[in-house]
Amino acid sequence: MIEARNVHKAFGSVKAVDGVSFVARDGEITGLLGPNGAGKTTTLRMLYTLMAPDRGQVLVDAIDAAIDPLGVRRRLGVLPDARGLYKRLTARENIDYFGRLQGLPDDLLKSRGDALIAALEMGDIADRRTEGFSQGQRVKTAIARALVHDPRNVILDEPTNGLDVMATRAMRRFVQRLKAEGRCVLFSSHIMQEVGTLCDRIVVIAHGRVVADESPDALRALTGEANLEDAFVKIIGSDEGLAA
Amino acid sequence: MNATGPTTPRRHAFLTVFFKEVRENLRDRRTMMSALLTGPLLGPLLFVMLLSVSLNRELDKSDRPLPVPVIGAAQAPNLIDALKAGGVVPGPAVADPERTVRRQDADVVLRIAPDYGNAWRRGEPVQVELFFDSSRRDTSAAVERVTRLVECYSRQQGALRLVARGLSPAIAWPLQVARRDQATPQSRAVLMFAMLPYFLVITLFMGGMYLAIDLTAGERERQSLEPLFANPVPRWQILCGKLAAICAFSLASLLIALLTFGVVGRLVPAERIGMELDLGPHFAANVLLLMLPLVPLLATLQSMVAAFAKSYREAQTYISLLMLVPIIPSLLLSFMPIKAQAWMYAVPLLGQNLGIMQLLRGDGVTGQQLGLCVAGSTATVILAVLATVQLYRSEKLAISS
Repeated sequence: MIEARNVHKAFGSVKAVDGVSFVARDGEITGLLGPNGAGKTTTLRMLYTLMAPDRGQVLVDAIDAAIDPLGVRRRLGVLPDARGLYKRLTARENIDYFGRLQGLPDDLLKSRGDALIAALEMGDIADRRTEGFSQGQRVKTAIARALVHDPRNVILDEPTNGLDVMATRAMRRFVQRLKAEGRCVLFSSHIMQEVGTLCDRIVVIAHGRVVADESPDALRALTGEANLEDAFVKIIGSDEGLAA
Repeated sequence: MNATGPTTPRRHAFLTVFFKEVRENLRDRRTMMSALLTGPLLGPLLFVMLLSVSLNRELDKSDRPLPVPVIGAAQAPNLIDALKAGGVVPGPAVADPERTVRRQDADVVLRIAPDYGNAWRRGEPVQVELFFDSSRRDTSAAVERVTRLVECYSRQQGALRLVARGLSPAIAWPLQVARRDQATPQSRAVLMFAMLPYFLVITLFMGGMYLAIDLTAGERERQSLEPLFANPVPRWQILCGKLAAICAFSLASLLIALLTFGVVGRLVPAERIGMELDLGPHFAANVLLLMLPLVPLLATLQSMVAAFAKSYREAQTYISLLMLVPIIPSLLLSFMPIKAQAWMYAVPLLGQNLGIMQLLRGDGVTGQQLGLCVAGSTATVILAVLATVQLYRSEKLAISS
């Protein structure tokens, strides 16, 4: 379970995140939805302890990120916005490196790596150097290395960004599978349809604030719009109206 | 699911980072070339080649028969014999000595006055002319040689004339200068080797340079630093693993360079001009000891500088500037002959420079000097590492865009 309690983060005079609170539960897919620059990535960065919030609290499985950041990171699998791979290492070596940093013993490392390579259908590229990988192959490798330690909580920052149709569908199937395994999945996106079909719960962020936190159906009902996209625009729009 | 964290004893994260960085960079041709080939080999080879060429030229000049066109040789057969004894090969007369020298057909031309024979027999002073061009520096040794031979002959004959008149030759020379050169064969070599410490530092620098850039600015540019920091490992451990990898490469560079200096040092014909050059195992071991603290120091400084840069290119620019720093003590010592004070040994780079020069002079370094040198540099390393760890804590460091 991932919990944000009234977190704030400012860069200079810009309030990137301005009091965000939400809960992402186990066995559920929580979508963080918002336009570009709404503060999604900054919020996620605070969740995986890359940044410390100016104010507020981050809890992962009830562990406070400010007190035990290493404990939090151990319980998280993270696909950050930056997906840089080590291009002179093979896909498997990339995965192994992160597994070792997570403290996995060698035998577990091997079996976890094999399982992920099978689940992500990347057997054909596993032993190739990652230099020259396609965007889809890169994302698969980045996800495999993020999940090698079998974390209960998974944070994915725009996992389908830059993927083609086939790769996107495969990615969605994989996210469903993570949910079925009982994990807490939190992912950000600015693609409405994706959030609508995948998520059990949608947290809409605009201007660094949570403007809605509902199930897709509740969101539609709340706004009186049958179409989620219209509902989304309405929420964001009304927020802008409020702010003005 | 692994909710409780690792249960089995695991390999230290520091080692994981270290081995990964070493493995990855062993696969990079540019890093390998720089660390194991161009850096450590090119330096010594170039150095020794230049040295050999200049030494050989010096040797040639002092030993080689020196052809000198002589005008009016028939007037002074005894002078010509004396010159011949000194290695001068008298050549046929030339019509225009000024032009001959200007056109560089000869380094020096000797003209004996036509009335030399008569004047000599009368015991009168007689003129002997030397034509040369002092702006051609490479001829100065030849001019010097002929001048000295002529003057020596003149003094000899003068002494004989005094003796013939029953006077002591000492009357003509009330003062006698006795030159007592305190240079040893080794210390004479030092002048030529003033840049050797710099070569060694640069080797060390080059060995770790690409790695240092790759491991900080490069990783940031590739956007792999953010996922790396999402792992449950304190950043200082990651930094230390990276520093250790840089050190491993630069240390390998230094070892190869020392080995190369040891081997090619034998090829330099230093002893033929009265110099002694010992670049053997004893020298190498002492240099290694002196320079050991510089290995982590340069690695840390490089990483620190590279951490400020946003891109690989930017880091390269900064690091090239940093490369100028180690040249300062070398320049200082070669242009301003400073008498070494004890505290100077504690200054990183300067201390190593002084120590290596002392080793080259054959004086050896005392335990105190060695201790100061190692202690001073080690203290600086600790400060630099602490500063870099602080820098690594910055939130901005991991973020690429």
